[in-house]
Amino acid sequence: MPILSKEEARQIIDKVLSFSKADELSANLSGSRRGNIRYARNAVSTSGESDNLSLAITAVFGKKAGTATINEFDNASLEKTVRRAEEIARLAPENPEYMPMLGPQQYLDPQTFADSTAKIDPDFRAQATFDSIDPCRKKNLTAAGYMEDTTGFSAIGNSKGLFGYNKATNVDFSVTVRTADGTGSGYARPDFTDVGKLNTRSTTEVAMQKALASVNARALEPGKYTVILEPTASVELLQNMMRSMDARSADEGRSFLSKKGGGTRQGERLFDERVTIYTDPMNSELPLSPFGGGGGGGGGRFGGGGGNDGLPQEKTTWIENGVVKNIPHSRYWADKKGVKPIPGPAGFIVQGGNQSLLDMIKGTEKGILVTRLWYIRAVDPQTLLYTGLTRDGTFYIENGQIKFPVKNFRFNESPVIMLNNLEALGKPVRSGGNLIPPMKIRDFTFTSLSDAV
Amino acid sequence: MGALGMMMPAVPAFARTVAPEALLEPGLDITVKKRLADAALNAAKAKGATYADVRIGRYLNQSVLTRENKVQGIVNSESFGVGVRVIANGCWGFASVGDARDESVVAKAAETAVAIAKANARLLTEPVQLAPQQGFGEVSWKAPIKKNAFEVPVKEKVELLLACNAAAMKNGANFVNNVLLQINEQKYFASTDGTYADQDIHRIGPNFTVTAVDPQNGRFATRDSLSAPMGMGYEYLQVNPSDKVGGVTTRYNMGYDMLEDITAAAKQAKEKLSAKSVEAGKYDLVLDPSHTWLTIHESVGHPLELDRVLGYEANYAGTSFVTLDKWKSKNFNYGSPVVNFFADKTQTGSLGAVGWDDEGVKTKRWDLVKDGILVNYQAIRDQVHIIGEKESQGCCYADNWSSVQFQRMPNVSLAPGKTPLSVQDMIKGVDKGIYIIGDGSFSIDQQRYNFQFGGQLFYEIKNGQIVGMLKDVAYQANTREFWNSCVAVCDESDYRLGGAFSDGKGQPSQSSAVSHGSATARFKGVNVINTARKI
Repeated sequence: MPILSKEEARQIIDKVLSFSKADELSANLSGSRRGNIRYARNAVSTSGESDNLSLAITAVFGKKAGTATINEFDNASLEKTVRRAEEIARLAPENPEYMPMLGPQQYLDPQTFADSTAKIDPDFRAQATFDSIDPCRKKNLTAAGYMEDTTGFSAIGNSKGLFGYNKATNVDFSVTVRTADGTGSGYARPDFTDVGKLNTRSTTEVAMQKALASVNARALEPGKYTVILEPTASVELLQNMMRSMDARSADEGRSFLSKKGGGTRQGERLFDERVTIYTDPMNSELPLSPFGGGGGGGGGRFGGGGGNDGLPQEKTTWIENGVVKNIPHSRYWADKKGVKPIPGPAGFIVQGGNQSLLDMIKGTEKGILVTRLWYIRAVDPQTLLYTGLTRDGTFYIENGQIKFPVKNFRFNESPVIMLNNLEALGKPVRSGGNLIPPMKIRDFTFTSLSDAV
Repeated sequence: MGALGMMMPAVPAFARTVAPEALLEPGLDITVKKRLADAALNAAKAKGATYADVRIGRYLNQSVLTRENKVQGIVNSESFGVGVRVIANGCWGFASVGDARDESVVAKAAETAVAIAKANARLLTEPVQLAPQQGFGEVSWKAPIKKNAFEVPVKEKVELLLACNAAAMKNGANFVNNVLLQINEQKYFASTDGTYADQDIHRIGPNFTVTAVDPQNGRFATRDSLSAPMGMGYEYLQVNPSDKVGGVTTRYNMGYDMLEDITAAAKQAKEKLSAKSVEAGKYDLVLDPSHTWLTIHESVGHPLELDRVLGYEANYAGTSFVTLDKWKSKNFNYGSPVVNFFADKTQTGSLGAVGWDDEGVKTKRWDLVKDGILVNYQAIRDQVHIIGEKESQGCCYADNWSSVQFQRMPNVSLAPGKTPLSVQDMIKGVDKGIYIIGDGSFSIDQQRYNFQFGGQLFYEIKNGQIVGMLKDVAYQANTREFWNSCVAVCDESDYRLGGAFSDGKGQPSQSSAVSHGSATARFKGVNVINTARKI
């Protein structure tokens, strides 16, 4: 079993540290069990399960670092790997940006682990898939979907006394339902820490309804439209924006956060004043790893975000009432600038309101409801301009009602402009490891039509 | 999905970091591999498999990462293991095991694969129909490289990259990120058809981004390398003058002069800052092969993947507008009569070249679009019966021993024009146009109709002359309209390869390396947009 307890992990890390002859030594131990099932054309196409347990040891002499990895844990193997890391470090070029390892840290204790998810087995996956395919078969619809569950842990320790451990679970499910003639398509994609909250049948029913409702789509002229972006539509644009927030590139003059004449735009109001984005590892809907590093997979729930040095993840506000409050600083850049290092957001929460998606539709005179945006690529990093297309359920709204499906559009839009053209925010839901509300945006730029269904 | 991750080092699954010397150590002896393979095949058959194949894979990677005058990292990694695929009760099953050097461990993986196949057979609607394949016995294939990149000392590579970075900084760059990736896949394939294929595949990918900053105006501009990742050894970086193509900027064929390109890039990034912003409208486009490869990849390579056409990628990469009825009609004009696309898994120096694919099919070349008409797809053994073929085209690939093989894009290329035509002569005939060099932003819908592409360098053409640099350029088109607007393709003396290391497809996602060749081509009246915005 690749999921070690805190004490088991500590014993291995302590043993590794006892072999050290380097100036500094760190050990990142992580393990995961991942299972998946994939289906298309209403039948399973592939499924599998994989275990992985590995230890990465980094040795440092001065500013020269070397890393070696191993997946055997007897004393001889551990000592051999420490020696190999030391050997690689001695031969490595000096890294002028190397930062000394951190000492002991205080970490939060978020509830990132759910027993129910850890217990998923092949029968569970087959049943979840049956629950998705069965209603589609009965309505002459075609389902293609994918479920992936991960149970993992990550532990980190170093020769300066730092130790951290976290155990986490995650399940991602996505389904695309198409009509038999290929003229309608719908999509849904939830993710959870606790699989007990996942219902593949009801999720599939949402995609089925969208598939049936999107048949006979009409063409609207491209141009600027008021849109309601469901969280599955806005998530990638917002993730791209959050990943682009980096103090160093802003200071270097090559970021959307670079200030004319030098410096960053921290403290400036860049967005509508209703925009507040923050990270909180203790949020019960979106618990995140209390430290960066350690691997284990699954992004922020397992230990992703903010480098691999064990910097604590704390509640951090990135944008408050439209003002850029904090920009991630690596330890090196923070040291150079004389400020506190801030690890990048592993998952984020966009503060919303209480309106449901239905309420937002009811309150819309004219607009377009977007289920999903696809093939999003950066066009201009200076303005964070992105292009991509709508997909799997795009509908015209008039006088508070969905009137008819519309053909898909290509958009060219910047999330910075989008978050300035904000009309309303709904109730946040979890999407792609973040909490995001449905958003009503005016003047969203569609530049051409697509025949794709 | 065509989600190309071109910059990131592709570290294989379950890889462990190793010392550089380990990359030159021999893998398992071929007799041991055969013994392990037979153990897997026999175990699968004993449990009731009607077909089985086994891949014993050793994947070696090295990435050298630098910025300006610093080495950011040198990562050497090795991943070794065995993947077994079977058909039992008419259904596929797959299992893999890492660091497997023992026959009993490999046999157990084969038994697991059979058990999974039998479990999945309960939800089966159509049993697998596998095209017959002759066994080739014990065979081998080795990429025809001249110098194994792992034999070149890391120090020499670091010195090359840092010297190039220094040249960029001296010529006006404010920042440089410069990465060199090298890959060696050592793959042993065996199947119950009687093939035992031992293959040695090498790839190299130099890639930089140069940034110029104008702090007073708060603007910056970048220029990426005009290199291509290649199925070659270190000889790709040892330049022969005959590999250079002159013109408004130097482009490269089977050898790449990084120092020359990065020097030009620094000057061009600076020039971009003050270049004229394009006026949106219709232009004739003259597209260099360093750009066109990506348009071919997205608008021709992906839509002609038969698994997409059939719906197997509907939840992720999408389906395809090239439905079977269009192929059956025998008169679907994908492009103008000068447009000929071919698939080729044998082209020397290409990323997709191998001797046998990952289900034991000998690789070959075939036509996809002939004189503008759609004639074929890309398919593997369990699909070819759908398009009336008796044997697979050999496009099956898995990115690691731990991944199950499936249909992946072969090299798909635009054939050069049949009559002599140089780039200079092509430009002379353009009244209002844009000459685009290098790949940039790229996006296409899930059925591959509507696309948008950027580039690295844009030059305005007026009355047959290049008159200056443009910026903020992207073009939008519909696949079929675009290829039907192709009015000329330069001759084979201009034919060059482009490509990507990390074409993503499947769930869980797998990456594959693929090349696309073309000569410079001209397209009439394409819609160009201006991408400048204010925030």
